[in-house]
Amino acid sequence: MLALEINNLTKDYTVGFWKKRPVRALNDLNLQVGMGESFGFLGPNGAGKTTTLKILMRLIYPTTGEAKILGCPLDDMQMRARIGYLPEQPYFYDYLTARELLNYCAKIFGLNKAEALKRTDDLLKRVGLFEAADKQLRKYSKGMLQRAGLAQALINDPEVLFLDEPMSGLDPLGRREVRDLIAALRDQGKTVFFSSHVLSDVEALCDRVAIMNKGCLIESGKLSDILKSRTNELEAVVTGIDEATLNELQVFATQIVPAPEGAHVRVQSDKEIEYVLSIVHRAGGRLVSVNPVRESLEDLFVREISENAKVAKQAAS
Amino acid sequence: MKVVPIALNTFRESVRDRVLYNLILFVLLLVGASIFLGELSMSQESKIIVDIGLSAMRIFGVLISIFIGIGLVYKEIDKRTIYSLLAKPLHRHEFILGKYFGLCLTLFVNSVVMALGISLALLFVKGGADPIQIKIWPTAYLIFLELMVMTAISLLFSSFSSPALSALLAFFLFIIGTFSADLKLFAATVGSGVVKVMCQALYYVLPNLANFNFIMATAHGNTPSVGMMGAATMYAALYISALLAATVMIFQRRNFK
Repeated sequence: MLALEINNLTKDYTVGFWKKRPVRALNDLNLQVGMGESFGFLGPNGAGKTTTLKILMRLIYPTTGEAKILGCPLDDMQMRARIGYLPEQPYFYDYLTARELLNYCAKIFGLNKAEALKRTDDLLKRVGLFEAADKQLRKYSKGMLQRAGLAQALINDPEVLFLDEPMSGLDPLGRREVRDLIAALRDQGKTVFFSSHVLSDVEALCDRVAIMNKGCLIESGKLSDILKSRTNELEAVVTGIDEATLNELQVFATQIVPAPEGAHVRVQSDKEIEYVLSIVHRAGGRLVSVNPVRESLEDLFVREISENAKVAKQAAS
Repeated sequence: MKVVPIALNTFRESVRDRVLYNLILFVLLLVGASIFLGELSMSQESKIIVDIGLSAMRIFGVLISIFIGIGLVYKEIDKRTIYSLLAKPLHRHEFILGKYFGLCLTLFVNSVVMALGISLALLFVKGGADPIQIKIWPTAYLIFLELMVMTAISLLFSSFSSPALSALLAFFLFIIGTFSADLKLFAATVGSGVVKVMCQALYYVLPNLANFNFIMATAHGNTPSVGMMGAATMYAALYISALLAATVMIFQRRNFK
């Protein structure tokens, strides 16, 4: 069974007061997430990430298409009892304490009093809010609110967890704490679907990612596959070469980054590296290292988004 | 039934937002009236206490039902507290009913405390037990029904409009509803067919809050009949059901962008 299945999901909004016109926020999205996967949903602002999550959480209705969570339609209440959701920049009733908030959520899930109390205490300890459990949420810092949000999303011990920008607005320590929590959930075998701008977190936590731009899915797959597919390039670090040699290397290199005592020379394949080595050797230089170029998720993200923008520009012209 | 936790939380919100502090103002008003009216004869004094007390109960209640009622749904959307709630196993109609009954619970507590206050004030001015201390309760019940109708009206507007516009519309309906009997009278006296039909239609569509008003008669020592109370209860139940059904229909279709 799939944790999440999205088929041809499209959402159009109508904007304008007098002259109404449709704006497509999500365009024909297809996505599948398996059970136990940790899935990163990436994209710049306005990419359609939050729209997708809101459709999945029944906060907005799709124009066309459908989605299933745990094999059930989105309005299935039994399925709802098996998932958790943390909205972007969560805001909860600030007159409640964290303990009251969790008890309230437990009642909505229909948990009995004893179980609700036990889970509340366990979760407060787990997210590090036990000491502040009886403080009103209006006195919480942003990081504490985020942790209270995570706790309310976990009150029903969900099988699938949807997190919308769980690290946004947090300081490095807060980010680390939330990241560790998500990693622990993943290690427990929970399915975690989360959108994020913080690519290093996604890279550290996710098995698979999807990259969105302007409502469209532009890339998805296993992180290792996506990044591996672009690792043909090699980078040689060379020292003891002069300006003239660097100019000579330009012919074979795709990129040369000068360093204090030499340069980082990037080439397409093994064949070019042999030419580079012979030139460096002839010039009396020294080879320090040769390594395959591993594209970071950030590189991939930036490249995909800019390529996508170029294609769109060409299509428009 | 998920309505209960939503209702209890709405009640808790009202209490923590100090909505019930209006009771202090009410008590001050009653004490002030008792002292100021101490010069008058005993029968006049109790009449005025009943009149001022029940009218204050109605006005304070209407202010709460409108000003809190218009924010019931709007605040949840504006502050995005609704996002994590609707993702849980909770139907949208349960949310609306919970919010509605939560505010009704607040109004109920408020009305009971106020009615107790009036009874105590009457005990004080009468210098002992008197039937008037009991007679105010059926009228207080009718006022509570009126407040339930006003809450449903405010909630309806709150489900699709801004708080300022909702408050304006709710007040407008409160004023019209208070004088809706005049619409029927006007319909009976005008000759033109179209105006007559329009006035009659408006009379039946707009809330007839006169059904719940027995304050003056109570001040004169009368009690609403069982028939009147039954009819008012039926009317309120039907009108509130229609309003809540409309609210749910609107709310079901809403996208929370």
